[in-house]
Amino acid sequence: MKGKRRFKGGDIPTSSMADIAFLLLIFFLVTTTIDMDKGLGMVLPAEGEEIEINKKNILNCLINSTGNVLLGGEGVEIRNLSKTVRQKLVENDKLVISVKAHKASSYRDYIAVIDQLKRANATRISIAESN
Amino acid sequence: MKVKRKTQIDSEIPTASMPDIIFMLLIFFMVTTVLREYSGLPISLPKAKRIEKLKSKRHTSHIWVSKEGLISIEDKLYASDGVRHAMYEKRVADPQLVISLKADERAKMGLVSDIHTELRKADALKLNYSSKTAVD
Repeated sequence: MKGKRRFKGGDIPTSSMADIAFLLLIFFLVTTTIDMDKGLGMVLPAEGEEIEINKKNILNCLINSTGNVLLGGEGVEIRNLSKTVRQKLVENDKLVISVKAHKASSYRDYIAVIDQLKRANATRISIAESN
Repeated sequence: MKVKRKTQIDSEIPTASMPDIIFMLLIFFMVTTVLREYSGLPISLPKAKRIEKLKSKRHTSHIWVSKEGLISIEDKLYASDGVRHAMYEKRVADPQLVISLKADERAKMGLVSDIHTELRKADALKLNYSSKTAVD
């Protein structure tokens, strides 16, 4: 025996559609992360572009494998580096700082040194080959 | 004398097209949301203070260097002398290319120095040492 169908209306309620869409929208707005890359900028010299620099305008900055820094022949603490470099830059504004890191020295120390040099507003930084 | 208004102005905002507008916005955000393309290597970045933001994501290419000395570009592992070829092609395709070096703070400088040399050979000279903001 067949039962008679009583169901008549076939509409999906659309009044809450906007609310659902809003919820989705807010979800995507919140989960979208705009993460900008940030870091220390550096421009490498082009290949085969070696310039002769007067010896008195070079300040050697050596980093050894234990993280000690030798600046122009004197041992300097990394956190005092910017102060020392700033003084030397006042004395000679043509100063080129040549950073030389030992092969086994850590990248953290290197970044700390570069950061300190940037803080001293040293614009001429040269990265010497470690070998 | 009072003038009687003849027509009743409907003062309601039409809401029937509201879901369509919201859906448009939703689709816009869904399309513009870029999920992370490359996962890279597990690293802990060094901290620095004088950091600058990279201007455009489109002109940035990442090199990941882990503390074990692995080099990864776009989820492919390279030996240090293979970086040149990978970067040279990118450099040719985009002259404004900036390399973002995401190296672990415990990575050895010997390897980073090799990458410097490779990048110089590939003529990709704009480099950015990716780092976190230091707070003291």
